[in-house]
Amino acid sequence: MATVHSEDIAEPAPQSGKGIREYLTSHLREYGLLFALIAIMVFFQLVTDGTLLRAVNVTNLLLQNSYIIIMALGMLVVIVSGNIDLSVGSVMGFIGALAAVMIVNFDQSMIVTVIVCLIAGAAIGAAQGYWIAYWKIPSFIVTLAGMLVFRGLSLWLLEGQSVGPFPREFQLIANGFVPDIFPSGIGTTLAAIFDVRKVNVLALATGVVAAGALVWIGLRQRARNRAYGIVDEPRSFFIARNAIVAAAIIFITYKLSTFRGLPNVLLTMGVLTVIYAFLTQNTIIGRRVYALGGNAKAAKLSGIKTERLTFLAFMNMGLLAAAAGLVFAARLNTATPKAGFALELDVIAAVFIGGASMSGGVGTIVGAVVGAFLMGVLNNGMSIMGIGIDYQQMIKGLVLLAAVIFDVYNKQKQG
Amino acid sequence: MRDKARADMTTLLEMREITKEFPGVRALDRVSISVRQGEIHAVCGENGAGKSTLMKVLSGVYPAGSYDGEIVFEGKPIAFRDIRDSEACGIIIIHQELALVPQLSIAENIFLGNERANRGVIDWHETNRRTEALLAKVGLKEPPTTKVDSIGVGKQQLVEIAKALSKEVKLLILDEPTAALQENDSRKLLDLMLELKAQGVTCIIISHKLGEVRYVADTVTVIRDGTTVSTLDASQGLSEDRIVRDMVGRDMTHRFPDHDRKPGETLLEVEDWSVWHPEHAERRVIKDASFTVRRGEVVGIAGLMGSGRTELAMSLFGRSYGRNISGQVRMDGKPVDVSTVDRAIGAGISYVTEDRKSLGLVLDETIRFNTTLANLDEVSSGGVLNRNEETRVAEKFRDTLAIRTPSVFQKVVNLSGGNQQKVVLAKWLNTMPEVLILDEPTRGIDVGAKYEIYTIINELADQGKAVLMISSEMPELIGMCDRIYVMNEGALVGELTAAEASQERIMSLIVNK
Repeated sequence: MATVHSEDIAEPAPQSGKGIREYLTSHLREYGLLFALIAIMVFFQLVTDGTLLRAVNVTNLLLQNSYIIIMALGMLVVIVSGNIDLSVGSVMGFIGALAAVMIVNFDQSMIVTVIVCLIAGAAIGAAQGYWIAYWKIPSFIVTLAGMLVFRGLSLWLLEGQSVGPFPREFQLIANGFVPDIFPSGIGTTLAAIFDVRKVNVLALATGVVAAGALVWIGLRQRARNRAYGIVDEPRSFFIARNAIVAAAIIFITYKLSTFRGLPNVLLTMGVLTVIYAFLTQNTIIGRRVYALGGNAKAAKLSGIKTERLTFLAFMNMGLLAAAAGLVFAARLNTATPKAGFALELDVIAAVFIGGASMSGGVGTIVGAVVGAFLMGVLNNGMSIMGIGIDYQQMIKGLVLLAAVIFDVYNKQKQG
Repeated sequence: MRDKARADMTTLLEMREITKEFPGVRALDRVSISVRQGEIHAVCGENGAGKSTLMKVLSGVYPAGSYDGEIVFEGKPIAFRDIRDSEACGIIIIHQELALVPQLSIAENIFLGNERANRGVIDWHETNRRTEALLAKVGLKEPPTTKVDSIGVGKQQLVEIAKALSKEVKLLILDEPTAALQENDSRKLLDLMLELKAQGVTCIIISHKLGEVRYVADTVTVIRDGTTVSTLDASQGLSEDRIVRDMVGRDMTHRFPDHDRKPGETLLEVEDWSVWHPEHAERRVIKDASFTVRRGEVVGIAGLMGSGRTELAMSLFGRSYGRNISGQVRMDGKPVDVSTVDRAIGAGISYVTEDRKSLGLVLDETIRFNTTLANLDEVSSGGVLNRNEETRVAEKFRDTLAIRTPSVFQKVVNLSGGNQQKVVLAKWLNTMPEVLILDEPTRGIDVGAKYEIYTIINELADQGKAVLMISSEMPELIGMCDRIYVMNEGALVGELTAAEASQERIMSLIVNK
């Protein structure tokens, strides 16, 4: 829950210092996550002598974590609905294998391959969701089975070998960049101003527009809240939070613009994040998923078709796992039987770090994405520092534990 | 026995000027209570008055230091750090929600955390032998190895008491022990309390049911808004009116609001409704039930727990219970499809569930979230929610139903029982129903809130809605309904008009079947 949803607030107006403190305690989780991410980034920026935020590394960081973030979107929905999906790593690997076999071994066109892969992913999700939703078999078990089945299927499909390389057009899914549509003159001028080699105007403009849109949406919500007499976050917090987030977005896109511009994957990821954030927060179907996870029986007796909703959550997860599988295969430029191994754990960890609750009904898309970034920065920063994989695993595990302990502690304190 | 108990009426427990604050709320404000050795002391008060908080202070749930004031037990000041401390002193609390493990046996439950064992190995012989003795004390004949989930709630309550007795209890606290019990089970429990008293056990009972309080209590302490209002002695006679007046802070000569109903045309007709058990295919749970409800009429269904009242309602409401359902449902003379919940809602039927916490509300969500949940179409266009519209709807119901809350963004888990029930009602009224089925609409809520719920029901009837009301409290049905159907073992066995209805006649219809 990185964004502060003012409708969660029920306390009286925080005006005094005590009010602000109360507001802060009741929203510690959201601020905590944001500041943890910032703190970790600052830390690694310092200890890696600035390598972390170098243009090439920022680009890499985004590309490396893209498939985790794409899957975290689906996983958030699954977890909010009160379930879990352990099969996503295997499904992702399987779809990558399917794409490789279709393109490399059977010479299918890219369009056909992508469509078939996405349909296959949705079908896999639907198949698992069917047992979970309509037969009430615990999702943990169904997807544990799925994890084994699809791991085996990838091995079978690839006959134990790596299959690749992919044609260039397919690689662009993961490694391509959106061409700069602005006249090159602007780029050169800006480059001269910033004293850098080049500036991709599209990337920078996208960042500025995105940051502006966020601030605008925040302001609009704030104005509306005031009109309805809803108590909102203190002005100073609102300004500080928005300033930090906007500055971060512009900074990141600026870094990207001085390298190769806007990666295709970032665009996909950004669009998907916005879509899913909207779906979960502002639509009937999203609202119903929260009700289902919060109290399945009450939801059912309120006329919500809980089975169908569960089914759809898993189908959606399969679809996103397929999308992630395509990105992953394209990025590695080869499909291997080991692709996506244990990746489900990173995805699930990201969602829980982002504030979702194991018992369902709680969690946000933005939280899950920030959680995924946090894990990504940790991975990337520790790798740059040359910390061994052994310590990396331990540290990541402890971070996950700390995040959840923090949640539980916070909840207890609020009574 | 009684005289002996009277003879040594020394003070066992004294709580002086207890003040407990939560952020923003003073839950207890200098509450004092004094309990004599060997008496049954009733604590009465509306929901949210502070009874449960007081008991949590006493039993160490809120540790010493988190409240102000003084507790003296057996003449010594005490300061408990947790429940284990208070249990070691012989103060044992039985909560409203029973704390038994359903999958374990009675004996295992009774000695849970207190196992009869030798070096960690459980002595089953000793465990079962002692359990039998304890069960005999509370009047249970079940073998000690019976699984707890195979006995009813009433007997589970007795198991809880047996568990308390296994711990050398000096002061037994029962928090609304009969809330989930039928009349005859309640009576048994109350008689057991009197028997324990005779054996020298001191009891504190928290209850809404004033009849019970009058039946067992020697002393009554009434708490209102976190302060002690009065302490009444049973030897001078307890009047229910006096207790109610102290609880709500106003006179309440009428427990039920006046109503003058003019029922119109027949709206709901159910004919030959039969339902089979979802798991035991050969068991017919509802047997050829036929009934009608007219517009502007409040019709009651009386019956013991397990008689099939809830099953009837749930099977009507989108087949939420049972299978192989047969029968006809007509509204305004035309057959309607109630085969799924959303079709039933679409047909204009609402069902306010018996158990609001587990079936009615998403507790961790806001009043607004819950209010609009059953009719999201109304506050959206093209599948996209309009939050402002949602807020407006929720605030409208907050005002019309007088839901006491600072804002509709309050989580319902923080509301009192009565206000939670109003949120459930708001959710269903928001679906604009013609027929409202209310299943135990006032269970576990206090006198004042009950009155408000009754008033709302009357208003709904006046608006021409058909209300079907299921209740275990017969006075409530008699006080509210125009007609009462009596249900027993899945069949409707009788029908009484308001003029004919009395507790005796209802019971005799049940018994004479």
